[in-house]
Amino acid sequence: MSTSILLLLVFAIGVVAYVLASARANALAGGKPSNLHSRYGYHGAFAAICAILPAILLMAVWSLATPAFVENRVRASFPEEVKAMPDATINLNYGMVSAIARGMSGLDAEERSRLVAMPGADARALLADRGVPLADDPQPYMVKAAVEVLDLSATNRLILTIAALVISVAGAFFGLRSVAPRFRARNRVESIILASLVMASSIAILTTVGIVLSMLTEATHFFRMVPAWEFFFGTVWDPRFASAGTSDSSGQFGLIPLLLGTLYIGFVAMLFAVPIGLFSAIYMAEYASPRLRSIAKPLLEVLAGIPTIVYGFFALTSVGPFLRDISAQINGIATGDFVNFIQAQSVLTAGFVMGIMLIPYVSSLSDDIITAVPRSLRDGSLGLGATRSETVKRVILPAALPGIVGALLMTASRAIGETMIVVLAAGVAARMQLNPFEPMTTVTVKIVNQLTGDLEFTSPQTLVAFALGITLFAITLCLNIYALYIVRKYREQYE
Amino acid sequence: MSQVVSATTTAPAGAATRRDIGVKRRYAAERRFRAYGIAAISFGLLFLFVLLNSVVSKGYTAFQQTMITVPIEFSEKVIDPTGKRAENPNILVMANYPVLARDAVAKVLGVDVKNRAAARQVSELLSDSIRVQLRDIVQANPSVIGNTVNVTLLAHGNVDSAFKGQIDLSVAESNRKISDQQLTWINTLADSGALSKHFNTGIFINGASSRPEAAGVGVALIGSAYMMLIVLVLSLPIGVAASIYLEEFAPKNRFTDLIEVNINNLAAVPSIVYGLLGLAVFINFGGFPRSASIVGGLVLTLMTLPTIIIATRAALKAVPPSIRAAALGLGASKMQTVFHHVLPLAMPGILTGTIIGLAHALGETAPLLLIGMVAFVADYPTTPMDPATALPVQIYMWANEAERAFVERTSGAIMILLMFLLVMNVGAILLRRRFERRW
Repeated sequence: MSTSILLLLVFAIGVVAYVLASARANALAGGKPSNLHSRYGYHGAFAAICAILPAILLMAVWSLATPAFVENRVRASFPEEVKAMPDATINLNYGMVSAIARGMSGLDAEERSRLVAMPGADARALLADRGVPLADDPQPYMVKAAVEVLDLSATNRLILTIAALVISVAGAFFGLRSVAPRFRARNRVESIILASLVMASSIAILTTVGIVLSMLTEATHFFRMVPAWEFFFGTVWDPRFASAGTSDSSGQFGLIPLLLGTLYIGFVAMLFAVPIGLFSAIYMAEYASPRLRSIAKPLLEVLAGIPTIVYGFFALTSVGPFLRDISAQINGIATGDFVNFIQAQSVLTAGFVMGIMLIPYVSSLSDDIITAVPRSLRDGSLGLGATRSETVKRVILPAALPGIVGALLMTASRAIGETMIVVLAAGVAARMQLNPFEPMTTVTVKIVNQLTGDLEFTSPQTLVAFALGITLFAITLCLNIYALYIVRKYREQYE
Repeated sequence: MSQVVSATTTAPAGAATRRDIGVKRRYAAERRFRAYGIAAISFGLLFLFVLLNSVVSKGYTAFQQTMITVPIEFSEKVIDPTGKRAENPNILVMANYPVLARDAVAKVLGVDVKNRAAARQVSELLSDSIRVQLRDIVQANPSVIGNTVNVTLLAHGNVDSAFKGQIDLSVAESNRKISDQQLTWINTLADSGALSKHFNTGIFINGASSRPEAAGVGVALIGSAYMMLIVLVLSLPIGVAASIYLEEFAPKNRFTDLIEVNINNLAAVPSIVYGLLGLAVFINFGGFPRSASIVGGLVLTLMTLPTIIIATRAALKAVPPSIRAAALGLGASKMQTVFHHVLPLAMPGILTGTIIGLAHALGETAPLLLIGMVAFVADYPTTPMDPATALPVQIYMWANEAERAFVERTSGAIMILLMFLLVMNVGAILLRRRFERRW
């Protein structure tokens, strides 16, 4: 019986249990609901939970545990000379066995018995015909093992089906039996709901743990091949894709050029985003009429809603060529030599477009902070005869400064983690230089470069992406925690 | 300061007695400051306009496709020269269909197909995908062999670009993708009405193709739809459950503090880190297939959860405590209060936050690149376990193509993506307007 049918059956039992238990509770109440501690729906729900929850838990544990069990049993049944082979070969062989088993599960009983009797080449042809190509002709023991896999899985499935159904029905009976006027069904059901709420909220922690653990394990593998100090303080990035089969780490993995490019592009982006974003926020908060505000603010926020891939494409096809051509014109007018001094892919292109993307982040975060400055400060300053701009510069901005710094730090962390714009507009050459008109590359670009295409999790060329990832994660985490700390500290001042 | 003010107010008459407190200078500074603000806002709006304009002006032509309609003679001599198609159905599959189309176009143009160079140029007017198109016609209806039927054929990507005026004709002929002779033919065909622009349905339904005229976002749309479905089904219940716990039940202790800080930080983790997580956990450890929409959906779910949790908590916070007090006072349990009264009132806010979170997830590209969704997928995925691409990833792949016709396609795909985002965001705004209550 397939898992989905089994699940459906269990749920059906749950529904039946719900209906029966509610009916029973209703009958017990005798037309006066106040005779019951809990309303009848809760009795029904309790019975349904008893029928469904244990059965599903059993199925989950079972489906996690059985593949390992089957694999152990089958591996133990391999001939001695196969067991003597190196582990990698045994793994390959087991892979073939499971492929054969997968192919055989699509055959009927008669074909199956024929397949077992067939010589290897024919069996391979037959399986390939059924959509399961094999890497090699199967040896007789493999087919036998595959049969065993199938038998074991079938037995397992049968046991699981029976066990799940029995537990489900037993649970339903237990739920039905416990229906009684004094039975606190509501409290039971509510505590189960509460438990599920707690589990849902701990997913956030699980995600963080998952991020840190997964990246740390892969990064440790990397640091076993390449010393950590060579990675963190190396000034040359030249990973040299490993040729197939060799695992020598002849490449150089220096983080410094990538980090420099990341920070440089982020800096250029902030150079565009901060003045524009800050001035728009000030204007919106202090000067703009409600009408203008209600139009301009959502329009600016549209910039934040546009996917970054669109910005990347815009940089690649419009901004980059525009800057290149205009630099050629300027050069031509100044020196008579029409050679562009701005590359199409450059720090400036990426930084400028990223700056546009960041404008709404700066402006809406600062807008919130500026409007949160108490009215009395403003009135006091204006009442003393200061102009609006003087009020903004001398009173509001100093008061809002910690919050704005926090907002800018958050924006900076976004700039550092931004990927698609730099992938398309910044270039791939990892260079250490300070000319904003030349291409540079970033940490995120290199993560994408190292991980797209076919990959194996054994070469430093691939694993370095995780070391880069954990670096990126650490930097943005620090920026964000510091920003949150500043913002929180600031907020407390006026409350 | 007060002295200054009184000086100006008590002596309004003589300009000579008025002390110079730099009012003029200060007002000028005020005006300058104001101008900076206006300039900043206009800059922002200008960039928005330029960005959208550059996408639309490059992309609107992608929704039209040049087609050539010619009477094609399904000659038996070409399709089945040996007359054995009854015994061997493979003949109909392998037949030389492009020659049929080439001859038909050559006949309309009055070109002699015996002239090899001219014949090659004629066949370059047509897309390579006509082989499949004509084969499907013949296989669906074998009786067409021997007859002449009017068929609308896909023109080659270069012809498409040339006809839309996107090829720079001042470039020397040898450096152009299209020759002067072909241009004359295009004009002849256009004048006779055989060559014209049609609405391009292909861009919405076709899968990946290396030929721009036959490439479309169909597979990407399906992949994105699967992912959005997974994100919605997983992140909405989990996000709402988590926020209900944190907002309504959680005691103030270390553990809940930790969860709070965590969620705030997760919302700011770069999206590419989620891609690394997906690669290491779901694909490397969990054994999920690469390029499958289920992995993309799971990764995007994890990424969207913090957004939804933050929005839901804000919506729950906005429900006034009096509602809770009233429900509790009437004897409802804490759980009943939340699920029967608070949650329904917070629903519009929750849904708005969810839609905005989904819109973000729909446009996200970087994590999908890492889990192998940069794949050439020509067939529709039937389940979420099949290889698929996503709309933004398709845009990324097309953006890397060199051909001119792909720039147009990319912009067209961006327009489709932006259209979806627009619909979602407008929906969220309407929902908020319609159901938002002020207490």
